[in-house]
Amino acid sequence: MTTRSPPRRRYAAVFLRAVRDHARVLFELRDLGLTRGGRRVLDAVDAEIESGATAIVGPSGSGKSTLLRLLNRLTDPDVGTISYRGRPLAAYDPLALRREVALVPQLPSLLTGTVGSNLRYAAELAGGELDPNHCLGLAGLGPQFAQRDVGELSVGERQRAMLARALAQEPRVLLLDEPTSALDHQARDAVEATLVQLRRDLDVSLVVVSHDPAQASRLADTTLHLRDGRIATPTVR
Amino acid sequence: MTTVSLGQVAAALALVALAAAISLWRRVDLERDIGIAAVRSFVQLTAIGYAIKLIFEADSFWLVLALLAAMVLFGTLTARSRAKRVPGSFWPLLIGLTVAAAATLGLVVALGIFDPTPRYLVPVGGMVIGNAMTASAVALNRLGDELSESRPAIEATLALGATAREAAAPFVRRALRSGTITLIDSTKTAGLIFFPGTMVGMLLAGADPTDAVRLQLILLYTLLGSVAISALLATTLAYRNFFTRAQQLRDSGR
Repeated sequence: MTTRSPPRRRYAAVFLRAVRDHARVLFELRDLGLTRGGRRVLDAVDAEIESGATAIVGPSGSGKSTLLRLLNRLTDPDVGTISYRGRPLAAYDPLALRREVALVPQLPSLLTGTVGSNLRYAAELAGGELDPNHCLGLAGLGPQFAQRDVGELSVGERQRAMLARALAQEPRVLLLDEPTSALDHQARDAVEATLVQLRRDLDVSLVVVSHDPAQASRLADTTLHLRDGRIATPTVR
Repeated sequence: MTTVSLGQVAAALALVALAAAISLWRRVDLERDIGIAAVRSFVQLTAIGYAIKLIFEADSFWLVLALLAAMVLFGTLTARSRAKRVPGSFWPLLIGLTVAAAATLGLVVALGIFDPTPRYLVPVGGMVIGNAMTASAVALNRLGDELSESRPAIEATLALGATAREAAAPFVRRALRSGTITLIDSTKTAGLIFFPGTMVGMLLAGADPTDAVRLQLILLYTLLGSVAISALLATTLAYRNFFTRAQQLRDSGR
């Protein structure tokens, strides 16, 4: 004789599983399309990005960076919708969204001044307290970097300073556009180790754009493949 | 009063011919532009000279106002053609020039510096609008270049949750500086390196040098004010056209 759990308990289990699954989904992308300069950059993109670490991989010109910029509304799609934590992106205040979903661009662009002044600027925008040494440490930089002028930094140091600046806002999601593209192998490995450590230390999800599938496997739980602006078969590890 | 004959004007064309000859000799390819400039200036200044004569004789405040309004509109269109990289620059320029002209002319009349008569309002208004136009054009031209070429830096600041105003602030400051620095520098060197045009005109007309200098000073200070007002308003209003309501940097061409 088989034993069946009472109906109420079954429905509760289904409901809780749905809530848990929904809570794992950070971004829902539905039928996204975007054209720039006469070129179809993104076309019929349907995907879900979950909590944790997701990589977006594809060759140059496949639309990866553009897709990343959509996630914190640095640009908007021509068609389609994006939801963040179950709400349409347009329902969020753009400024508050960008402080919660922080983008670290591919080209390091720090404000004139010191690394410390950049961190303070970011923290003030977010209205939070700043612990510069903590932010620098999370980005793999020593406390002495707070006094360094940004013009004196190497490319790798600037990349880390950008990361520290984003972390000064205590974001829930970090969007990283080719974080190691301009670095040699040694610097790349160091930045990757920093990102892996970051995931252990903080409750922050990562969305990493990379042209390197091997890097995607090292950094992410899930990989979305883009080609010519369309999603290829998603890969789950 | 000094009178100038057409023969004297024609004699001055020798210097225009000299400029054209230098262009030909060094293959700068500006002879045609020099010729057009000489012809246009002759036609335009002659026409405006007769128009001003009619306005002086009519002694009508409304005619003066109409002339100044036409100058503001023409100045706006000219400045807009020099700031091609700035979208929607017409209204910022029109507002900047209008406020600059109204504020400075209104102030000089209210302070009793000039009488509110055509003899003062027309030439001073022309100078104010002309200089304000140049300053605004330079400022917007610089703004267009800066905002178009600094997209990564601006977006990196927007990505931190900064407003468009905050992200654009350093570039607007540089544009404003560009628009005003030329007049500031020429005011600093007036009397040392060159004699300003009004002073020269008055001296040639037989005015006392002290009066010529004082009038020139009044005009220089008036122009400083008008240039600052027009460049400030034009850049402050125009930078917004580079951004959307969602604090996004517009894609070029959108």
